[in-house]
Amino acid sequence: MHKITMKINGHSITDTIQDDMLLVTYLREVRGLTGTHIGCDTSQCGACVIDVDGKSVKSCTILAVQAHGKKLTTIEGLGGDEGLHPMQLAFKQAHGLQCGYCTPGMVISAIDYVESGGALDDEAIRDGLEGNICRCTGYHNIIKAVQAGAKMMQGGKG
Amino acid sequence: MSQLIYQRPTSIKQAETAFQEGEEARYLAGGMTLLPTMRQRLVAPDRLIDLASLELCHIEDQGSVIKIGAMTTHHEIASSEVIKAKIGGFARLAAGIGDRQVRHRGTIGGSVANNDPAACYPAGLLGLNAVIQTSHRQIAAQDYFVDLFETALEEGELITSIILPVPQKSAYFKAPNPASRYALAGVFAALVDDAPHIAVTGAGEQGVFRWHEAEAALATSWTKEALSNVSLSEEGLLSDIHATASFRAHLVRQMAQKAVEQSA
Repeated sequence: MHKITMKINGHSITDTIQDDMLLVTYLREVRGLTGTHIGCDTSQCGACVIDVDGKSVKSCTILAVQAHGKKLTTIEGLGGDEGLHPMQLAFKQAHGLQCGYCTPGMVISAIDYVESGGALDDEAIRDGLEGNICRCTGYHNIIKAVQAGAKMMQGGKG
Repeated sequence: MSQLIYQRPTSIKQAETAFQEGEEARYLAGGMTLLPTMRQRLVAPDRLIDLASLELCHIEDQGSVIKIGAMTTHHEIASSEVIKAKIGGFARLAAGIGDRQVRHRGTIGGSVANNDPAACYPAGLLGLNAVIQTSHRQIAAQDYFVDLFETALEEGELITSIILPVPQKSAYFKAPNPASRYALAGVFAALVDDAPHIAVTGAGEQGVFRWHEAEAALATSWTKEALSNVSLSEEGLLSDIHATASFRAHLVRQMAQKAVEQSA
């Protein structure tokens, strides 16, 4: 067991954690943050993507103890009193989801991609979201959502 | 994984001592291969020694060589201005590994220690005549990559940095497996002190190798056309459900031609 401290969605947390617990398991089962999903067992699908210190990371492929001292943002930490984060709103408006299972990871990855200055043409976005798999949409509306979300994040009104 | 002990030493000495104390200890770098492998119960270490606090994350421009700390991530290598400017092929290689999230965590030292036969870095290191600096010694890339998942590292020996000579030209191209994105065939082409180097990953039964016939042809003329009539023997090439040996031989030449043509 290890005592760790970290910040999750703005809240400082100190906890004692089993050495072998994956971060995704900790978030879901200990913290109750079930918006972060588990979609595969091979680190490929991206449903579990969260933001760790400003970078998108697959939370199924990092131990909870490795997150000691870090700042985490999950899908629950986006948006606020004013409502949805612009990227969430864009996914809703552009119909960038059907079943919604991949969406939390998609949205976190998309925000990281846009914030790091990724190009906004279709091909570049597809490449940038390579680590997130969607089995419903065929990706077309996800690309549109990312483009619209980027515009809103950069100050436009969508 | 119930007996697992996680440790995070702050010095190389502590890390090596912790390794000796475990019955089946493993060093944990980025964990992008080790953690999925553990989840599949293919390995079950009793001790994970996390290298995150050893301060091995740095990129140093030393003029004729660039020194990269073992815990530097693929993302940091791909976006390094100095690597992009001086060894463009290597930055491009790092930018094509896995996906964005994998590049944010995965490290050069972890990949080089693992020596996956379809990984990209082995081609880059062999193609550049890199030196692998460990906690005890320096190993030349040509002596380092031994066989599939096998390296010259001794039990418990730790990679601390990778030293890359700056070439005159370099480029990397791979034909990725459409599902895994690992290389079915990947070629790192470099001109190092006027000598052509063609290093091939993903295709060899014993892992990464230099394609000497191609290098001889390129010594006369560093052009794509110089490779038109050089064929790679299928002997010693991997053949599996993803690609036959003859298809891999074809891909290797294609990738080599692209790499030579676009090298800068």
